[in-house]
Amino acid sequence: MRFLLVEDNTELAEAVVQRLGLDGHSVDHAATLAAAEDCLAVAEYDLILLDVMLPDGDGRDFLARSRDKITTPVIVLTARSQISDRVGALDQGADDYITKPFDFSELEARCRAVLRRRGGSARNEVTLGAAVFDPMAGTLRVGDAVLDLRNRELRLLEVFARNPGQILSKSQLLDRLFSADAEVTENAIEVYVGRLRRKLDGAGVRIETVRGLGYRMSV
Amino acid sequence: MRVNLRKPWSIGRKLTLALAAIAALLALVSWGMITSFAREAAGRTQDNILAASATSIAETLRSEAGAVRLELPYAAFSMLGAISEDRVFYRVTAGAEVLTGYADLEGPGARPGEAQFATLPYRDTVVRAVSVMRVIGSGGEAVAITVTVAQTRAGVEGIAAGLSRQAGLVSLVVFAMAVGLSAFAVRASLRPLTVMAQSVAARGPSDLRPLRRPAPAELAPLVAALNRLMERLGGSIRRSEDFITEAAHRVRTPLAIVRVQAEIALHSVEEEAQKQTLRRVIRAVDESSRSAGQLLDHAMVSFRADDLERERVDLPGLVSGVAEALRPTAEMKDIDIALDLSPAAVLGDAILLQNALRNVLDNAIKYSPAETVVRVSVMTDGGEVRIAVSDEGPGFGEGPAAHLTERFTRGEKVQGIVGSGLGLTIAEEAVAAHGGRLDLRAAEGGGACVSLILPGV
Amino acid sequence: MCVVDFARSLRVAAGAAFLAVLAVGAVSAQGFEIEGRRLYPGTGEVVLRVISTADLEVFEPFVLRFQAANPGIGIDYVTASSAELNRAIRGGAAFDLALSSAMDLQFTLANDGLAQSYRSTVTDSLPDWARWRDQLFAFTAEPAVIVMNEAAFERLEVPRTRAELVTVLRDNPGRFAGRVGTYDPHTSGLGYLFATQEARASDAYWRLTEVMGRLDARLYCCSAQMIDDVASGQLALAYNVLGSYAAQRLDGDEGLAVLVLEDFANVMLRTALIPATAVEIEAAGRMLDALLREGLSQGAEPVLPPLRAGGPEESGADGSPFGPIRLGPALMVYLDRLNRESFLAAWDAAMEQ
Repeated sequence: MRFLLVEDNTELAEAVVQRLGLDGHSVDHAATLAAAEDCLAVAEYDLILLDVMLPDGDGRDFLARSRDKITTPVIVLTARSQISDRVGALDQGADDYITKPFDFSELEARCRAVLRRRGGSARNEVTLGAAVFDPMAGTLRVGDAVLDLRNRELRLLEVFARNPGQILSKSQLLDRLFSADAEVTENAIEVYVGRLRRKLDGAGVRIETVRGLGYRMSV
Repeated sequence: MRVNLRKPWSIGRKLTLALAAIAALLALVSWGMITSFAREAAGRTQDNILAASATSIAETLRSEAGAVRLELPYAAFSMLGAISEDRVFYRVTAGAEVLTGYADLEGPGARPGEAQFATLPYRDTVVRAVSVMRVIGSGGEAVAITVTVAQTRAGVEGIAAGLSRQAGLVSLVVFAMAVGLSAFAVRASLRPLTVMAQSVAARGPSDLRPLRRPAPAELAPLVAALNRLMERLGGSIRRSEDFITEAAHRVRTPLAIVRVQAEIALHSVEEEAQKQTLRRVIRAVDESSRSAGQLLDHAMVSFRADDLERERVDLPGLVSGVAEALRPTAEMKDIDIALDLSPAAVLGDAILLQNALRNVLDNAIKYSPAETVVRVSVMTDGGEVRIAVSDEGPGFGEGPAAHLTERFTRGEKVQGIVGSGLGLTIAEEAVAAHGGRLDLRAAEGGGACVSLILPGV
Repeated sequence: MCVVDFARSLRVAAGAAFLAVLAVGAVSAQGFEIEGRRLYPGTGEVVLRVISTADLEVFEPFVLRFQAANPGIGIDYVTASSAELNRAIRGGAAFDLALSSAMDLQFTLANDGLAQSYRSTVTDSLPDWARWRDQLFAFTAEPAVIVMNEAAFERLEVPRTRAELVTVLRDNPGRFAGRVGTYDPHTSGLGYLFATQEARASDAYWRLTEVMGRLDARLYCCSAQMIDDVASGQLALAYNVLGSYAAQRLDGDEGLAVLVLEDFANVMLRTALIPATAVEIEAAGRMLDALLREGLSQGAEPVLPPLRAGGPEESGADGSPFGPIRLGPALMVYLDRLNRESFLAAWDAAMEQ
């Protein structure tokens, strides 16, 4: 996906850009509202991540002003966590908000939810062999059958889809799916891989186990 | 912190007492004056009659064959007996010689023409005496005859006492009326204070708008000071809020940076031990962030609970809102949030209730295993409304569930899961402020069920 | 007012063996003359000493009645003339109650501070004119009347006013010469009081006095003698006699009649006072209350004419249209030395034919 990150803290912004890049997203960074307007004037984005406290104004005011011009979904980033702020932000035109520091899995989940609400565009679909996989909708079309993917299955598939032919260790997969979540073990990875295999059955997509190293998806 | 001071008297009471004291003083003074006037007037009446009596005696003086002749007129004494039962004494002297009467009666020194008055002791009592002098030619000489008539003062005292008693009665009545009217006037005058107090008390907890009621001149400084105070308070609150925002921002941005960097590192590092370290770093950041958030929430709850808003809150709407906000979080673990809502409403603070519910629901999601269901229901039972959140997690364990809501307590079965214990404490305080309670019990199937029970409307 | 003579008191003493009689006509240690004395012992220690101008004969029924009701109180009853009574009290003589018909003298005693105040429910119920300063109390109202010998007035029209009396007397000198009697104001206190009050009130008095003078009127000190002489026929009429004494004699057929003139009638109030030096105050108060009750016609047949009349025929203050002589300082006027001298001089002049 293509993100516009409006955030004045350069260090944080660079880290976020890098992190999102790991997941295969492209991110443009604007440090001020003015810069953001410039970006919006020249490019199209799938989602805007908007910080609230910017040097040249409150992000939410900017949002309220520009809501009719900007159709891109917006997730507001804030250091506060009150529901009232959330409600305020939503009232002013944001689609959702997330508090810093945030879990990227949660961010991804919220992005997904927002985009789903907005109507996922077809261009996000990914073709894997005979299966068509829509990350936004969270569906897998195999032939005529449309399978629902659960969140974790979905993210696992995404990881595989982004790294075709690459061997991914259980540990790596663990990090990408669950980051710091302590309760999840490598066993869970096996379970999810198993489920994916079943769902992809007949799509000409294989997830092979590379003994001692991990898994690899091949089309 | 309450300090027990001896309660000072109310202004109204002090004013009324002061006015009553003044009225009493005036009443006493006027009564005293009337009494002395009455005595004077009665005395003058007696004096006039005494003078008439002495004069009528003096007028019967005549010179006959070289001797002075006098014949007391009956009227001279009958007029004295007419007004009172006072004792009467008299003496007629020609120079030093006593012609008739009470020889030892020393009257005031007489002068020709004017009657002279004096109050003197005589025998065993005090009398009012008048002396009248008339010069008669007798035997070729001019003889100065002095007629002195005296009377005790019982009659005068009696009249004066009678008038004084009446005056006293009138004074008393006037005093009573004055006190009554004063009390009424005081109460009426102090009404603006009461009215103002009521209008301030009627305000909502966060209403810091300036007072705009017209107030009497004496209250203007107070109103101005109050408005300034509220302005300062409002400003102070805004600054506090700004400060909190600023603090939150300044604390959380670096935390965010740390977390992102740790995640980035986690992706590129190969060695398991390093990965573990990084995971711990991320968990620590998450815990601080969550703690900070909960501390802020708790502060907000305490603040808002002290002076509760009372608005009508639609619970199904509130519950759906909170559920929606947490749905992405739940989705990450493939946890489904199932809602079962019936119409219900309470009178209270929507923000507090959202906060409480969010904490409870967040807890439930946190402690539930992946791919389970968290159920949230709203129902009315008698006069109570119950919001129940149940999960399929490990439950509360053995031991009394009430213990869990004590600040910072965590249950037995929550090892390894990030989260401070404030969540349930916050919920309990919020619910208690509404006159409700938190109910913790085991759900069917072994999970936990936390219910927020509130008085319905 | 007049009092029993020596012989009479002996007669009474003989008749009342159980009563102790003391010497009569003696001058008491304090220097005033008494005319009679009788002791009525009581069962207790208290002896009430009463000095009075009222004849014992007249007053005894009251005294006995009082003692019957108050057996514990002994009574020492002394009679004296009004002048001597006055002198006694002025001299500080030891008496607990002084009763006198001389209103003016009693008044001066009270005025000069020689009486003490006394109040009771009975005294409070007295009319205003019967009480002065809660020190002087009137218990009878006795008019001055004319006592006439009926026989002497045969075939004569009974005069109704002084004017008519003057006419009758003047027109019948033969019948009345030397047969008219009245008080001698020089010697009789009551006579002087009646004379001065009447002279003040009625202009016919001096004419009457002149006529009486021309008729060679006989002068008396006392009512009793005057009445005796009218009864015996020596007098055709006695002028300004105390009706009370006459009333007693009317019951017998002595041929006496009482005449009350319509133009003016003096009403004398017999008064009581408790001297400042009194000792048995409580007993004195009781007797005073008893006297006043009789005066108010509350009780048995009163001894003397009461203050209020039971009916129009009875004598009493209400019976007279002129009202009683006022108790007040005006009574002192005629006691004044100069006034007395000039009145008596005028009276003498009128009496001289």
